[in-house]
Order: sequence, then structure tokens, then C-alpha cells
Amino acid sequence: MSSHTPPIPERRPPRLEQGVVGWLRVNLFSGPLNSLVSVAIIVLLGYLLWPLIQWGLIDADWIGDSREACSGEGACWVFISARLETIVYGFYPQAARWRVDLVFAMLAILIAWLAIPRLPVKRWVCLFALFGFPIIAYVLLAGGHFGLTPVPTRNWGGLMLTLTIAVVGIVGSLPIGVLLALGRRSKMPLVRGVSVVFIEFWRGVPLITVLFMASVMLPLFVPSEVDFDKLLRALVGIMLFWSAYMAEVVRGGLQAIPSGQEEAGKALGLNYWQRMGLIVLPQALKTVIPGIVNTFIALFKDTSLVLVIGLLDLLSIIQAGLTDPDWLGFAIEGYVFAALVYWVFCFSMSRYSQYVERRLDTGHRN
Amino acid sequence: MLRSSSRRRERGPLWRDPAFRALLVQAVLLLALAALIAVLVQNTLANLEARGISTGFGFLNNRAGFSIPQTLIEYTGDSSYARTFLVGLLNTLLVSALGIVAATVIGFTVGIARLSPNWLLAKLAAAYVEIFRNIPLLLQILFWYFAVLRSLPSPRQSMSLLEMFFLNVRGIIIPAPEPQPGFAAVPLALVVAVVLAWLLVRYARRRQARSGKTLPSGWLSAALILGLPLATYWIVGSPLTWSLPELTGFNFRGGVNILPELMALWLALSIYTAAFIAEIVRSGIQSVPQGQVEAARALSLPGGITLRKVVIPQAMRVIIPQLTSQYLNLIKNSSLATAIGYPDLVAVFSGTALNQTGQAIEIIAMTMAVYLTISLIVSFFMNLYNARTLLKER
Repeated sequence: MSSHTPPIPERRPPRLEQGVVGWLRVNLFSGPLNSLVSVAIIVLLGYLLWPLIQWGLIDADWIGDSREACSGEGACWVFISARLETIVYGFYPQAARWRVDLVFAMLAILIAWLAIPRLPVKRWVCLFALFGFPIIAYVLLAGGHFGLTPVPTRNWGGLMLTLTIAVVGIVGSLPIGVLLALGRRSKMPLVRGVSVVFIEFWRGVPLITVLFMASVMLPLFVPSEVDFDKLLRALVGIMLFWSAYMAEVVRGGLQAIPSGQEEAGKALGLNYWQRMGLIVLPQALKTVIPGIVNTFIALFKDTSLVLVIGLLDLLSIIQAGLTDPDWLGFAIEGYVFAALVYWVFCFSMSRYSQYVERRLDTGHRN
Repeated sequence: MLRSSSRRRERGPLWRDPAFRALLVQAVLLLALAALIAVLVQNTLANLEARGISTGFGFLNNRAGFSIPQTLIEYTGDSSYARTFLVGLLNTLLVSALGIVAATVIGFTVGIARLSPNWLLAKLAAAYVEIFRNIPLLLQILFWYFAVLRSLPSPRQSMSLLEMFFLNVRGIIIPAPEPQPGFAAVPLALVVAVVLAWLLVRYARRRQARSGKTLPSGWLSAALILGLPLATYWIVGSPLTWSLPELTGFNFRGGVNILPELMALWLALSIYTAAFIAEIVRSGIQSVPQGQVEAARALSLPGGITLRKVVIPQAMRVIIPQLTSQYLNLIKNSSLATAIGYPDLVAVFSGTALNQTGQAIEIIAMTMAVYLTISLIVSFFMNLYNARTLLKER
């Protein structure tokens, strides 16, 4: 106890395990096989990536308004910049585009408000985003009220149409999905049966057949006097389809809530909707935010499928531009640009979902 | 009965009784559904009559009158719509099967590469996943078809490999096997070999459980499955010739032409689905607790056996259900074929046949029924598998 051994003097770690050299040794060249793989990848990247950068950035042509502006050595981004307005607004009348811009701005503010954790009154913003915003956006975009000139939906197009379909799909499928998920866990056999059949039916068929159905069968279902807008038909199909997927995600969250929570609600004398609305759903929805965002991503990507029923969304408008006789031969530029736009949206959504997952992970998982 | 009714009297009026309310809700739901269906049917019948479209499946026997560029079974313009349906279905199954195999191979490779200690390899795999799963599949299909395969050289300037495989704007042309009489014995031998191998594995497992002695059943069955058909092939006198593609004039004669539509769809489906499979494989392997590997090491099991007998079986329990749902997605996504004109079920049946006959309800119902049936069959087997591999809690 009393004898005090002097500590061994600190030694520096071996030089080969620290700094850049050490990192390289541990991560890239830890053995003969690993070194071989690393060298192969570096060579491969050099062969692939460098020509790509040269084509897309260095040799590319950016400014101009006709194909003569392109030298033909690199990418011809003039193809995109010349038709950027159409890509964003479709054939929406020039004079009314401020309405689209206004809706875009509102949407951006709402999303930012919901996504940034520090901002207050989330619940009200969320309710507004689900119920108030769609009405305002509809009035602004479609026009016909308050002295706004009406714009028929066949003039909608491009990124604006893609976002419209995505937002309507998201806003519509979430409440229906929640109801279906509750229905599937109901103790009433008929309610449960109807929900199960509904969910499994939509999950079992491809979206494309749903869109075909919406475009050729829905008009048969309503009296022939009713004029059923093409976009509306597609939206109905998309909403029904994705609500089934949403229901399964929400059901996962409902199952994760211990039954004691609901029993406690019963003991307090709350009725079914109070128990669900005040106790179970807030907890369940919070745990499945990542799953819901993943469904949003899938929905966003699949908005491109409206191409097959002839709606001019972002992808279709670029696809249509490829057949423009003045601009033949720029397929790669068109697709790369479209891919970049979709990718930015989807990647940021998936990063957000991972961030929420980390934030919600309060350490209860084993 | 008496007790519950007396209790109800204590609690108040009938409409406060939960059992009664449940009945009421369901009755209302039933009535609403019935009313909705009645209105829809009535509207539909009225609309169909107004348009002069007859209902029923009688049209299936009519002459289709259009040709299909890729048919796995005999089909001409004189064939019936029922035959069209079958051709489309087979084409869907063909591209799905090809896609599932390729997506599984790429997906497992990339998923395992993401866990590699090699930093570059892991990042490359991560980049693959993040790029391809965040771009719409339809866009990828269009890219491969219009931007890549459509810009290939014409048949006369084909790229060729060994003068046997040719790549041009009309697709890939490969040598075609031509079975001669007697070849049927070879697939038969393969079936026999598979059955024998299965019996062998079963016997080996029983023997090990009984006596602890092992058999190299993996090697033996591999030898059986490869060797028996080969031996049969040799015994019946090599009854297989190859038809080599040959450039005559502007086109190729002989060989099999794989359509560019099929190639584009196959590439896009496998690359896209592989990104999802890679994530499933990674999370499956990571879900096996580290303690399991450490325990295996403590038992001094070698690395290979630890992987095969400890890690993979437990990872598979997580991987397989999600993998099947990806396979189902792939089959459903193959319907995007219609965007580039690959003659799958949706393109030839819900597309061309529907436009010609106008029988929207029957045709869409049949198409949806096919996908639903596939989904239900796969889910059935999935549930069987889940029941078998369920963690036995003791």
C-alpha cells in the first residue's frame, strides 16, 4: 500500500499507426489482398471518373440558346438551360407563374419548419400542412377564384407537376393510411377484414396497372356527365396505392407501443378516438417517422410513372424534349439532369430520415 | 345473457354498450360498401352500354392480329388474345427471373463490400447504393435504353467477341443451342441428380445427428449435380449443336437475338434492386450480435465455419423476408417494360390488347390478378419459411 511505484513513462504509438501513413496502412493496405483491391479501385476510378468530369464539367458547354453553341466535345448543358423554364413550369402561362413560385415558397417554408426540431408549434404547422396548405395551393395553382385566371391541369407540367403529385400523394395517403392501420388492428371482424383486403390488394399489384386502371376504368365508374380530370384520376390512383403502404408502416409503429399505454387510457375513461389520438398515435407515428419518410421517397420516385399515362411530369417533359428535331442526340444530358434533380430530393429525404432515426434513438434498443 | 342485460341497464342506454356499437359500426360499413359497389356497378354498366362495349371474357378467343417481337412460345398474328396473355406473362416471368438472379448476385457482393475493412471498397459500395436507389427506376430504364443501347453501332459495325457474340443497336446476338434427338435425357438426369443430392444431404444430416460423423455432402452433391448430366450427355452421344450467328447483308442469321428492350430492362431492374438488396444484406449481417462471433472464437471455430454456421444462418433470418419482398417489388417493377416497349404482360395485354378490344375491366382485372397471385404465392412460402426459422424461445 505504502510503496509507490513510479509510472512507466508514456511512449509514443508506433509511427506506422498514426497520421496519414497509418490511416492508409490500416484502411487501404493492411494486407496483400487489400492492397491489390485498393490499387485496382484507384485505377478503375481514374479510368471512369476522370473522363466523366472532363465530359460533364471541363469540356462542357453551358451558355447559348441553340445547339450551335455546343462544340460537341463535352456535355451540352445548353440543352437543359434553353428549356429550363419548361422543365420547371411545364406549359403554365408565363403571366401566372408567380403563383407557382408562391406555392413553392410556402412548401419550402412548411417543410423546413417541420424538419428543423427547434421550431415551435409543430402540431399546428403539421395540421396546416395536411389540411390548410393543400386548399390554398389548389386555389392558387388551378385559379378560377378571387380573380385568378383559371389554368387547366393539362397545362401543368415539369417539376411543378412532379411536386404537386408527390405532395398530394403524401398528404392524401398519410391520413388514409393511419385509418387503415387502425382498421387492421380493430377488434371488429368486418372492419379488420375490409382493411386487410384493401391493403393487401394495393400492395400486391404494380403501380403502373393502378395508373392504367385509374385512367381507363375510373371514367367508367362515374356517371358519364361527370368530367373526370386526367390528373385527378392519376392522383386518386396514387393516393389509394400509397395509403396501403403507409398503413403497413404505421401498423409497425402501433405494434411497437406497449398495450399498457392503451389500458392506462381506458382506466382514465378515455374513449377509443381519445386513446388513439392522444396516447397511441403520437407515440406510434413518432417512432415510424423514418419509415414514413422512406415511403415518401418511394412515392416521390414513382411519380415518374405518370409518364405512361401521358402526364407531362419532370421526366416526361425531358423525355419529350429528346425527340425535339432541333435537339436530337442529347439523351445523356437530359437523363443525367433529371437523375440529378430526383437524386437531390430523394437523397436529402433519406439523410433526414437517418438523422431522425438517430435523434429518436433514445438508447432503449439492445 | 341475463347478467349482461342487467348490467347494461345499470350502465345506461343501449347505444353506450360497446358490443352494440361495434355491431352498429360494422352494419353501417357494410351498408356503405354495398351502396358504393351498387353505384359503381350501375354506372359502369350504363357507361359500357352507352359505348357499345360487351362485357365478359369471350374476347379471349378472338384473333389478336398483332405480332410480338419476343415470344417464348409459338405465337403469330392469328393467335387468340388468350395466347397474347400467355406470351406476355412468360415474358414478364423471363425478365423477372433474370433480374432476380442478377440483382441477388450484385446485391450480395455490394452488401458484403460495404462491410469490408478496405475503406475504398466500402465507400465505393456505399456510393453505389446511394446513387442507384435514389434515382427513379423508370429513369434508369429509359437511360439504358435510349441513351446507351440505342447509340450502339448498326449490325454491320457490330462489336464482337470471339466472332460468336455480337453487340449492336438491335441487341446481343449469341450462339443458340440446338438440341438433337436424345437430348431430353440430360435435363432428366439433372432432375434425378438434384433429388439424389437432396436425399444425400438429408442422410448426412441425420448421420451427423446420430453419430457425430460428418460427410462432405456439399462437395458430393455438387459433383452429383454437375457430373450426372455431363455423364449422361456424353453417354447419349453429345446430342447438341450450336447455331452460330452470321452477318448476311444487313442483319444476322442464326443464333439468338436478345432484344435491347430486354437488356435495358434487365440491367435497370438488377442494378436498382441490387442497391436495396445490398442494404438488406448489410443490415442483416450487422444484426448478428458481436457476442456470437466472439463465442464462436472462444470455441476455437475457424473463421470460415464461424461465418457459415454462426453468422450466416442468423443473418439469413433477417435477410430472407426482406429479400423476398424485394423480389416481389422487382416482379411488379418489371411492368415498367411498357415504357420502352418490351413485350411484357402489361405492355402487350393491358396495352395493345386493351386498346384493340376496349375490354378495360376484364383486361385490367386479369393483369392485376396475375400480380396478386404471384404475391400471394410468394407470401405463402414466406410465411412457411418464417414459421420454420422462428427463434425458438425457451
